[in-house]
Amino acid sequence: MSERSERTGGAAAQPHRREGASGRVLRFRFDGREYEGLEGDTLASALLANGVRAVASSIRLGRPRGVYAAGSEEPNALVQIEEPFPEPMLQATTVELYDGLVATGLPGQGRLADRPDPARYDAVHAHCDVLVVGAGPAGIAAAGVAARAGARVILADERPEPGGSLLGTAETLDGRPGREWAAEEVAALAALPEVRVLRRTTVLGHYDDNHVIAVERRTNHLGAAAPADVARERVWRIRAGRVVLATGGHERFVAFAGNDLPGVMLAGAARTYANHYRVLPGRRAVVFTTNDSAYAAALDLADAGVEIAAIADVRQAPGEAWAARCAERGLEVLTGHVVTAAKGEGEVSSVEVASREGGQAREIPADLLLVSGGWTPVVHLFSQAGGTLRYDEELGAFTPGETRQAVEAAGFARGVRTLRACLEDGAEAGRRALAAAGFAVPAGPAVPSGTAVPSAGEEPAAAPAEHLWLVEAPGDGGDYGTHFVDLQRDVTVGEVLRAVGAGLTSVEHVKRYTTAGTAHDQGKTSGLLTGGVVAHALGVDVAELGTTTFRAPYTPVSFAALAGRDRGPLHDPVRVTAMHEWHVARGALFENVGQWKRPWYYPRRGEGPGEDPGEDMEAAVLRECRAAREDVAAMDASTLGKIDVVGPDAAVLLDRLYTNMMSTLKVGSIRYGVMCRPDGMVFDDGTVIRLADDRFLVTTTTGNAAAVLDWMEEWLQTEWPDLRVCCTSVTEQWATVALVGPRSREVLARLAPGLAVDNDSFPFMTWRDAEVAGIEARVCRISFSGELAYEINVSSWSGLALWEAVMASGEVTPYGTETMHVLRAEKGFPIVGQDTDGTVTPQDLGMEWIVSKKKADFVGKRSFARADTSRPDRKHLVGLLPEDPGVLLPEGAHLVETSALPEPPVPTLGFVTSSYRSAALGRTFALALVSGGRERVGERLYAPVGADLVPVTVTSHVLYDPEGARRDG
Amino acid sequence: MADSVAASVAASMAERRSPAAAFAARFEAASAGGGLRLAEIPFLTQINLRVDPKSPAAERIGTAIGVPLPVEPGTAAGGGDLEVLWLGPDEWLVVGPDGAAPGLVERLTEAADGEHVSVVDVSAQRTTLVVAGDRARDVLAHGCALDLHPRVFGPGRVAQTMLARAGVVLVAGADGFRLLVRSSFAAYVAEWLLDASVEYVAGG
Repeated sequence: MSERSERTGGAAAQPHRREGASGRVLRFRFDGREYEGLEGDTLASALLANGVRAVASSIRLGRPRGVYAAGSEEPNALVQIEEPFPEPMLQATTVELYDGLVATGLPGQGRLADRPDPARYDAVHAHCDVLVVGAGPAGIAAAGVAARAGARVILADERPEPGGSLLGTAETLDGRPGREWAAEEVAALAALPEVRVLRRTTVLGHYDDNHVIAVERRTNHLGAAAPADVARERVWRIRAGRVVLATGGHERFVAFAGNDLPGVMLAGAARTYANHYRVLPGRRAVVFTTNDSAYAAALDLADAGVEIAAIADVRQAPGEAWAARCAERGLEVLTGHVVTAAKGEGEVSSVEVASREGGQAREIPADLLLVSGGWTPVVHLFSQAGGTLRYDEELGAFTPGETRQAVEAAGFARGVRTLRACLEDGAEAGRRALAAAGFAVPAGPAVPSGTAVPSAGEEPAAAPAEHLWLVEAPGDGGDYGTHFVDLQRDVTVGEVLRAVGAGLTSVEHVKRYTTAGTAHDQGKTSGLLTGGVVAHALGVDVAELGTTTFRAPYTPVSFAALAGRDRGPLHDPVRVTAMHEWHVARGALFENVGQWKRPWYYPRRGEGPGEDPGEDMEAAVLRECRAAREDVAAMDASTLGKIDVVGPDAAVLLDRLYTNMMSTLKVGSIRYGVMCRPDGMVFDDGTVIRLADDRFLVTTTTGNAAAVLDWMEEWLQTEWPDLRVCCTSVTEQWATVALVGPRSREVLARLAPGLAVDNDSFPFMTWRDAEVAGIEARVCRISFSGELAYEINVSSWSGLALWEAVMASGEVTPYGTETMHVLRAEKGFPIVGQDTDGTVTPQDLGMEWIVSKKKADFVGKRSFARADTSRPDRKHLVGLLPEDPGVLLPEGAHLVETSALPEPPVPTLGFVTSSYRSAALGRTFALALVSGGRERVGERLYAPVGADLVPVTVTSHVLYDPEGARRDG
Repeated sequence: MADSVAASVAASMAERRSPAAAFAARFEAASAGGGLRLAEIPFLTQINLRVDPKSPAAERIGTAIGVPLPVEPGTAAGGGDLEVLWLGPDEWLVVGPDGAAPGLVERLTEAADGEHVSVVDVSAQRTTLVVAGDRARDVLAHGCALDLHPRVFGPGRVAQTMLARAGVVLVAGADGFRLLVRSSFAAYVAEWLLDASVEYVAGG
């Protein structure tokens, strides 16, 4: 390996590699065959160097396809990387070669990886005064001006090295290769403290307020050598004061028969392969052009050793200087000619050329056909940003028009043609960006002093291009069936003509009818061509037709990059209480309640190997329930929402928001309350604790804590700004332990020797300050189980200490949310969101008593006067006892009146909302919302479960201790 | 008597556990390279104060605690023993040392002198995480959409914002940033910070 690494590229190993190419030799495998390439290659250039012509096959027709372009506009050469990690649907032209790369060509469609991606991906936010997209001549000039004046600049370019068009042309700047100039200039900029140069970074989306999304490929090109702790790809979320789009242009092709054969290639791409990658994409070429640019390509390729068999120029008058140079070199220029067909079996072997005047076509043997149908400015981002486009007659393409954002295009992206003009245009854009960002603009000529705008060689005066989209020689079959407009989607002129024939006159409609432009290359090479063919068919101007809409992403982006680090444990925040570590250590299983992890139940672990599997959920919950009803048990209740409501009008606010009266609550006491929406439906419930005349602590359900605070703020800020009340969340200030069961008083007395716990001193629904286990605490006598119970609140810093103190004696059974649900259901206490669904009133829940008749008003009051809320057939919360006490009804099961199902639609009376096994009742039971349910107590109904109709008896929703005898112990 | 009170206070203090206590060792390890410092400052006093900024009470409170309530949005004032963070047009967070809450609540309430204010001890509602060192901005930029450049968010700036998917109060100091994180989110934010730091601490 080391000896190879010193070797220059071997001609034998890489038959199409130019002499003198140097670099480290890299080994790779493509479609099962071993090849060598050179460092700096793309997979496409390495394949071309090895003479591989057909790289992939097309998606619909299965036709062989070769490398067509040299960048991210590539429509054909789709590959899948197999090793070191599978990645589908990549363009061979953008995959940097590395040692050990294994890839296969794709039939237009990739395969998802079947193993997890071990790489890191991340995202980062960035801000700058000026974002320059594209590090070609215009972009470098713009960034240079802005950066040297001290602005915060980000220069992003999708390729591994800066230079843009300079990488493909052989142009010189200040007498040295443009590539060197670009590298040095960008290195100098990168050294400035406020400049960030992002290589291998594709700007994908341009949104409002100059919010720009880019993806940086950071270690993809390192293959297996990529360090594991460096994110493979990074999503950049950039906010830019001003954006300069120096995105250059894409060459487009022309529709003629066989224009998809391997060996047909964009002229500029071939030039790039010859100059930049030192690869000859063929031996003998025909050039087909509508403009001058292909002449430079032809001459460069001729210099590189490709035989140029002929140049077919659709124009009668190509640029004189170019014609002269060709004559000098002995290259045949056929003016007024078109290529009528590329021919060959599986790849180009000859090119058919004909005069536009008519006459006999001539077949020229060639293995390469270079096509230039003109150049299209890359206006994707400008259009995404909301900019309009206008047709540039001379260019035969759309260029940026008006925009509502602080964005401008520079260089060829706005149609500026020559290198010198692009450099100056970029510098001007940089100056405007500086001024807009509030920086002093360097005085001086158009090209500011101190900015290296190098002198470019004189370029020949350009002759106008002719915009030819379609060669009207329909090919074999006469149906334009191999005149491709979209190579990736296999869309031909024949199909576009059929679309137009079917009456479609808009490019948007033709796009949807034919799918042209919808492939993952997003029609970079095909969009305008399709428009041109449609215009031709309709006999209208391309300018009239306009373009289809440009949408993000500019190039495909991996889902892994978009997911970034938001996966696995970091996918969504996990909220935990102060006692969480204890629950984990005790082997609790957890239930997700919103983002909270709450202990669900605490199964007793099996002891000894094998014999004892430990408890299942049913056994654990029955045991926990029994402890709470017969002994003493404790639950971590810290997740309940808590809001401090403070101010002289605090009682007024609560009176208006709860259905019952809160202002009459005495300091030291607690009241249960229900909040409704204006429609009278239950929104939340909880307790209200009066701490002082002007101070309450409101508790909410775990899931609704934020919503209730928002609700209070909404009313205060929009309807009742006169009320002097402030609401402050204290949910996590407090940790709460619910101590439940007939022996809870005894345990509390031991933990809080200073607290009088007898029923007279500390009655139900009151609270006391006390020291519990040596910790300052607020103890509330509240019960959500019907048993004697306390809720002990301490600073969340001391939550674990309190919990450990409660558990220390070993006599208190920890219980989880499942047991809590069973206990409350036995008592008929509803859970908002489980037994209610936004269509349930307090009265439906059997809680008429909580709706004040005395208060002048409260949110929801008016709705209780609506006829609908007193309909007798409203669904009421009732209990259900399956006739077989061992049958557990599934929650959600429907209820019908008859023991056999009638023909559909089956009238349903309601549904099961909660269903459990009860230790206290010794049987299963359920809660349900049933139409006119309270009038049906004692009736038998049926729940269809699978194929069976399970008979159940309707009962009161309060199934356990209906007299409330147990709450005082 | 005094001794027994002190002993009982000490006993209960000893039982306290801060929300990110479990991360102390990993924070220390991540800070070893020098480019980044992660740490928790546990048990700071934090008092949520709501008062009309134009009221005499607001002025009296400023005088009483020796720090005028900052009225410029997104700023902090003070910085000695007490720091006052602007949270909203009529809302501040008064931050002080461990154990200062009872005295501070009393001073604030007394200074209000019966005018409508809301003084709520929220010391345990959030904990304080430090993200400092040369790479602090790089780490935070992975999850915070705000521009933290010193020209924009220099020392004395405060924001209520999102870090990844958790709401935080972000405070810029002369020596890095402090994040005031809801206690239940502390473990998530700590894990997130450690994960975001991997590239900046691994291999120096």
